[in-house]
Amino acid sequence: MVELKDKLVLALGERDGVPAPALQACAESAGAEVIYAETQCFV
Amino acid sequence: MDLEEQAAIQRLVQGGERDRMIVILGTPNSSSTQMVALTLTSGDPSYAGPLAGVPLGLRVYHILEDEVRAAIPVDVYEREIGPMEFVLDKDGIASGLERVRKA
Repeated sequence: MVELKDKLVLALGERDGVPAPALQACAESAGAEVIYAETQCFV
Repeated sequence: MDLEEQAAIQRLVQGGERDRMIVILGTPNSSSTQMVALTLTSGDPSYAGPLAGVPLGLRVYHILEDEVRAAIPVDVYEREIGPMEFVLDKDGIASGLERVRKA
């Protein structure tokens, strides 16, 4: 298991995959601090 | 990964505490996952962005990997990720990341 508690997370989402807000919610629920969140869109 | 995003992440890493940083990806397939992972570990493989030749050495995971899922409360994971777990090529993404880690 990846230890996320007290880690600084960079959440790099993608519109055709999983967007950054969903990654951020998951990371924060595991005790991480999200320091960067961006959803890429390639259209 | 666009040039602005590469520059923003480079600034964050240069700000310190790299050892506490973990990247979590939501990329949709194996090739996009490998491109981003390579860029954030050994440098931009396209040599187009500010991370060309800059090995940040960040730890990179994908949200669909089992070891990441295990760290997240089940109800949150199901609400936030939900069916994408079954829509995206989880095995291809995981094997692509393994290739980058072993490179």
